[in-house]
Amino acid sequence: MEKTVNQKAWFLVLPVLLLVAFSAVIPLMTVVNYSVQDTFGNNQFFWAGLEWFSEMLESERMWDALGRQLMFSGIILAIEVPLGIFVALNMPKSGFWSSFCLVMMSLPLLIPWNVVGTIWQIFGRVDIGLLGYTLDALGINYNYTQDTLAAWVTIVVMDVWHWTSLVALLAFAGLKSIPDAYYQAAKIDQASRWKVFRFIELPKMMGVLMIAILLRFMDSFMIYTEPFVVTGGGPGNATTLLSIDLVKMALGQFDLGPAAAFSLMYFLVILLISWVFYTVMTNLEKREG
Amino acid sequence: MAKITLDNLAHSYLPNPTSEDDFALKELNHDWEDGAAYALLGSSGCGKSTLLNIISGLLHPSQGRILFDGKDVTHAPTAERNIAQVFQFPVVYDTMTVHDNLAFPLRNRGRDEAYVAERVQEIARMIGMEEMLSRKARGLTADAKQKISLGRGMVRKDVNALLFDEPLTVIDPHMKWELRTQLKKLHHDFGHTMIYVTHDQTEALTFADKVVVMYDGRVVQIGSPEELFERPEHTFVGYFIGSPGMNVIPARIDGNIAYIDGSEIALAGGYAPLDGKVEIGVRPEFARLSQTEGLPVRIRRVEDVGRHKIIRAEFFGHDINILAGEDDHVSADMNRVTFDPAHVNVYADDWRVRTQGEAA
Repeated sequence: MEKTVNQKAWFLVLPVLLLVAFSAVIPLMTVVNYSVQDTFGNNQFFWAGLEWFSEMLESERMWDALGRQLMFSGIILAIEVPLGIFVALNMPKSGFWSSFCLVMMSLPLLIPWNVVGTIWQIFGRVDIGLLGYTLDALGINYNYTQDTLAAWVTIVVMDVWHWTSLVALLAFAGLKSIPDAYYQAAKIDQASRWKVFRFIELPKMMGVLMIAILLRFMDSFMIYTEPFVVTGGGPGNATTLLSIDLVKMALGQFDLGPAAAFSLMYFLVILLISWVFYTVMTNLEKREG
Repeated sequence: MAKITLDNLAHSYLPNPTSEDDFALKELNHDWEDGAAYALLGSSGCGKSTLLNIISGLLHPSQGRILFDGKDVTHAPTAERNIAQVFQFPVVYDTMTVHDNLAFPLRNRGRDEAYVAERVQEIARMIGMEEMLSRKARGLTADAKQKISLGRGMVRKDVNALLFDEPLTVIDPHMKWELRTQLKKLHHDFGHTMIYVTHDQTEALTFADKVVVMYDGRVVQIGSPEELFERPEHTFVGYFIGSPGMNVIPARIDGNIAYIDGSEIALAGGYAPLDGKVEIGVRPEFARLSQTEGLPVRIRRVEDVGRHKIIRAEFFGHDINILAGEDDHVSADMNRVTFDPAHVNVYADDWRVRTQGEAA
């Protein structure tokens, strides 16, 4: 068949091109622009080459923040994924209580992030917060503004409270899609509860779980608002995660060059890990297909 | 192997069934003979899957008992019944190899590995999957997966019965034939009691020694394929089996004559006076077109289906089908039809009526 040539068709691509340019390419290039220049204010910029990158790579501050960030993401994934699966397994499968559970569990997901931060900031206060006051009354030394461990426990518990539902909802959707025949066959084969989970439920949930893990990883790796509202990165730098540090550097100290280099590396790390996830996920799907 | 007895069995999905309509499976007494192959045939929603699930123990009946070799297992859990079941959609454990899939039921029962390996080899040979044992079950074709589910059922030596719940639904047509043949061979070689649920009459008739036809929660006839064809006990059996199904025409019966709008049709025997809805049933195979004999009929359409012709016609305002051989001549002036008296059945309220003198 003869293909019609109509150069005007390019106009159809234009809106998308503009959208992507303004939403992604131009902002990113601005950051790239900052990352290779130095400024002494007065809107005067000087070429700095890769200086900021090498400085950032050697900066202990960034490595520490990255370490804390990885630890935070690791901890919350280690808690939220198994807990989410556990909740999904124990939810009523149908009827009124199933819908009720779904609605109740969706609630934390609907609360704006800074509100979640504020809730826990107040909840944990020793003077007026229910949690802080109760723990204090029980004789437990809990003060998230001074104690590193308490601060970490607070932001981890807060994240678990906020996001476990997401994992649970996705896992529940995965479970619901398993045909009854699988459970019946398992009964006939005399499979134990653990084996039903290990050989039927877990493999069938794998797809949605990978999505849940990817979403939770990316979100937690970029988390800013909630820990910032609760601890402000303290005590000291104990809960200064990557994004909090980045904002301090870029807006607090106005070190535009280093901050830009920092954010580019931050971006690359997320891109790299997401790419690994994506590859693993598509491979899984291929094997299934 | 075991004989399975259903004793006053009935099931309702409602907590407090009141009328008979509430029962998905109406009261039923039946023995499934040891080592026989049965097909459970009926349209969707007639209760055949319910019955199967009661036998396998996935469902507990609302009333009655189920016995295996005389032992009451009504409330025994599925695993204790040693039943194997193949489902409509292939159930395999995706992450395991074919070998582990077949070994699964034995391992769960704590059999030692040497025995398991030997049994798995044996079963793999039976279902023809020896080369695939080390492959992952994920990504196999649907028919291979169904073979694995079948093998998983047969791997236990003490299996009481093999149940099939429309196992060929998702199989490609050309594989259907092969699988069905293989099943028949397995039944022939090993003599398991087999119950095969299907809504496909060809599948049922080719697979089973005895076909159990269900309609609206009730078993309407149990018989060999020939019996179902020649003497359908219920008009549903007449419609459902055969292609096209039996012609059912309202009639009035007097002795050994049936009257349709005053025209006479000869019957093979005499009948006592009948009440209710009275009909005669004749299979298209036993109706014959003619130029001179019989009752008037108007031909609407002739369908040539290859091996024979199906003639769609109007007979006293009722649609009937007549079969003619591929080489039989059908012309426009053939406007009369005759029925073979030996194959005209009489039905009262949908159930077949016996002639006077016919053994009940």
